[in-house]
Amino acid sequence: MPTAADYIRILPEIVLSVWGIIVMFVEPILPEGRSRKGLGIFSAFGALAAIAATAYQAQPQFAGFGFGNMLHVDHFSIFFHLVVLLVALATILMSLDYLPFQKIDHGEYYALILLGSVGMCLMSSAVELVLIFVALEISSIASYILAGFRRHAAESAESSMKYFLLGSFATAFFLYGVALLYGATGSTNVFDIAAKLSGATRIEPLAYVAVALIFTGLGFKVACAPFHIWTPDVYEGAPSPVVAFMSTAPKAAAFAVLIRLVIDTASPNWFWVIWTAAVLSMCVGNLGAILQSNVKRMLAYSSIAHAGYLMVAFASASNRELGISAAMFYSAAYAAMNVGAFAVITQMSGSGERYSQIDDYSGLGKRSPMLAAALTFFLLSLIGIPITGGFFAKFYVFSAALRTHLIWLTIIGVANSGMGSYYYLRLIVRMYMYEPRTEAPAPKVGFGIAMAIAISLIATLWLGVLPNAVLHYTQAAPTILASH
Amino acid sequence: MNLSELNPWILTLTTFLPALGALLIACLPRRDRDIRWFAMAISVITLLLSLHLPFHYGDVPLAGSGTFAYEQNLRWVTSPNIHYHIGIDGISLWLVVLTTFLVPFCVLASWKSIRDRVKEFFILLLVLETAMIGVFIALDLFLFYFFWEATLIPMALIIGIFGHQRRVYAAVKFFLYTMIASVFMLAAIIWLYAQSGTFDFTELQHLIATGAIALPGQTALWLFLGFFVAFAVKVPLFPLHTWLPDAHVEAPTAGSVLLAGVLLKMGTYGLLRFNIGLFPAEAHRNAPWIITLAIIGIVYGALVALVQPNMKKMIAYSSVSHLGFVVLGIYSFTQAGMTGAVYQMLNHGISTGALFLLLGMVYDRRHTYEIKDYGGLATPMPVYATLFLLITLSSIGLPLMNGFVGEFLVLSGAFQAKALYGIIAASGVIWSAFYMLWLYQRIFYGTISPVNATLPDANLRERCILWPLAALALVMGVFPSFWMNSIDASVAGILGAQHGAASAQTLQVTVNTVHK
Repeated sequence: MPTAADYIRILPEIVLSVWGIIVMFVEPILPEGRSRKGLGIFSAFGALAAIAATAYQAQPQFAGFGFGNMLHVDHFSIFFHLVVLLVALATILMSLDYLPFQKIDHGEYYALILLGSVGMCLMSSAVELVLIFVALEISSIASYILAGFRRHAAESAESSMKYFLLGSFATAFFLYGVALLYGATGSTNVFDIAAKLSGATRIEPLAYVAVALIFTGLGFKVACAPFHIWTPDVYEGAPSPVVAFMSTAPKAAAFAVLIRLVIDTASPNWFWVIWTAAVLSMCVGNLGAILQSNVKRMLAYSSIAHAGYLMVAFASASNRELGISAAMFYSAAYAAMNVGAFAVITQMSGSGERYSQIDDYSGLGKRSPMLAAALTFFLLSLIGIPITGGFFAKFYVFSAALRTHLIWLTIIGVANSGMGSYYYLRLIVRMYMYEPRTEAPAPKVGFGIAMAIAISLIATLWLGVLPNAVLHYTQAAPTILASH
Repeated sequence: MNLSELNPWILTLTTFLPALGALLIACLPRRDRDIRWFAMAISVITLLLSLHLPFHYGDVPLAGSGTFAYEQNLRWVTSPNIHYHIGIDGISLWLVVLTTFLVPFCVLASWKSIRDRVKEFFILLLVLETAMIGVFIALDLFLFYFFWEATLIPMALIIGIFGHQRRVYAAVKFFLYTMIASVFMLAAIIWLYAQSGTFDFTELQHLIATGAIALPGQTALWLFLGFFVAFAVKVPLFPLHTWLPDAHVEAPTAGSVLLAGVLLKMGTYGLLRFNIGLFPAEAHRNAPWIITLAIIGIVYGALVALVQPNMKKMIAYSSVSHLGFVVLGIYSFTQAGMTGAVYQMLNHGISTGALFLLLGMVYDRRHTYEIKDYGGLATPMPVYATLFLLITLSSIGLPLMNGFVGEFLVLSGAFQAKALYGIIAASGVIWSAFYMLWLYQRIFYGTISPVNATLPDANLRERCILWPLAALALVMGVFPSFWMNSIDASVAGILGAQHGAASAQTLQVTVNTVHK
């Protein structure tokens, strides 16, 4: 029988589900044409309540397994809960004015974000393969619908369709992998699998295939090369706040699964798989981004590149403490800065997301200095300039790689981040050093978007100036993961 | 409260006051006049605060390492082990004061010439000041790198937003050159950290000197080069100088002044403090080719300056030549050469800073930097012409002016190291007299065109900028001992760490010769 403590171990998920269901119920009752902003604000409180629930759950007595061996509450899961929930909160806030402006003001949007977050939160705490799969599906299905939410726009429908078709294939691969892993080890529990794989004298060939399939599925979710093809098209068509959400939260959750499943179980041969994916992602992402003229596509390729940097941290996970904590820190920093950048893009996009070319940002520094300053800060963070979270994130990743003697990976990574600075800088140069274009009017900043930008700004700055607290938390995480 | 209790905090205060001012300006409404006055006030207060440093430099007992005054060492980030470790010695002391001294003039020089986006300009200028001071006081490699990179963004934006026609190209080139070069330094810093677990400069120096950090094979050389590339681009050392003329020509006056006056010194300061401080053996071993590059820079910079049709570009190339002297002095590894190099850094800051300010003033009137557009200006602008001459003489190193002291010491150091170095480098002095005096002749003498005949002479604001600089150039030429005392001691410390007893006697001789 589940105990009360078991329910507390899924308290954030319960809160989110209840909130999401309420929103779904209220939505049809509200008369047509009535503003859904209230629902949005209500959902924002839902995200806040879930954050509070996570904080409650973080007390030491609730750490450990819940519902048999289905999930495991630890530093690791709580960290990713907070990342996902903060991203969800920021996304809801930046959508408050965006949805009515784009004439897609429907309440289920908020419900989908909340319910999608349920899946993502669960992904970070689940240690049972079947539960992980279910969580992955919950998160994915919500993202598919959200990507097509600008349903009057053809490119949004295209985005949703592409995401759905390719995503379904990816989950199928993942499911095959899960099945084969069960076949190879006789268990669906991550901890059991870890024990079996690390204790085995001879690893079955089946396990290799299983790891490859699982990695294919998750690689799609985190958009790392060579499973990245969908990213630019989907990001370009999806609504900007949704891109902010799905380029960070599901990615962080998928990385959490990847850490638990592939690295922490000491899956066979993971090192070269990760190494190759890291190099490919960094190079493809950065080279691709240089060629783009659309800001959303550019950031899509940049997100591929950042997945690559994260993979560098994974590759150095042979030293658990360094590699895993660097990866966790990176996903938090990336979430903060990327959500911030997309908040500004949301604000800039104009009706029907007309203004998403790099040219449209010309002279933004003159038209709206505050927005331009905020975007500059996020872009500098994406480059990895000091006092931004992006700097310490890159610093931890590359020093972890160096300390585990991955010299070549570090060199490729550093060279890539140098190359990456080019396209971020190009946008900054556009904003400050070009004359403003008249047809892209100076937007008026609403309360929600200002809050979203402020949250991201504070988070990015905090990670960049006082990284201690977060770092200690991430360093405590790997020691309690599976194989310890 | 006893004021002396503030001693540990005075450096922090000096460093971050401009940044605080920038933050306040960001909150001020866009009334350009108020913003200018406010920026002026902040920069002057910073200058006054920084003047505390040289006058009480000897008073404070040296804590911790024993080399640095006003030292402060606080824990900032625990992992990696980063400390907020700051302090100054006799070298960085004057570079800090040089920075705080030049900024008020930059504010004054931008009073009229920056009309658009005044608020942003002064925010960037003050942020830049904080970063520049930070570079000179940081004793933690990480902190140093942080300030080093932090100078980059405001400077690139100042060039890119407020510059002239090809500003974007120049800003991007400046940014990429410096950024890419400093990545190598970062790699070297991280390598050192990975080996030792500390970023602290004095600790690392000790660990390397005692051999506690193993530097197998060519590692020391690679680390040395990692730092060297970052600094050499900033100096800029031939052949890495190509960003400099573009950046200078396109930058607004204040940008050029700080670029030449302070940012280039960050490179030479880095060579002196970190390259030689951390890897003395490698520095000695590599001195010949570095000196060769420096001498090529001296002659090449001067010759290219000679043929420039654009005044600003000419001064930019003259910087390449002057900074070549500084690098030559540093790598001569003699007391005289190094002391002269440090002094020359200050001189160059004053005289080239002043030259850019002077050029900015005629630019404000005529909106051109082409030499052929001028001529005969001595008639309509007598005061301006006089001050220009004083600064020109300081720049070419006429005896009694500051430039002479520095160049003389550097050259005598070069002769001590190897006579050939001194002989070739000395030709640079002749070239610099050639191009500067020729420039002066073409601008101020000869026939005057009708457009130029009506130009107004330097006004009160401009005289307020020029007189102090010209006076200082003279004072530094006549009483170098005021500056030399602290520089000497610190240079002797650096050299002493290298090979036992420093040749303090040689210095006494050379300084005496200078006075005669």
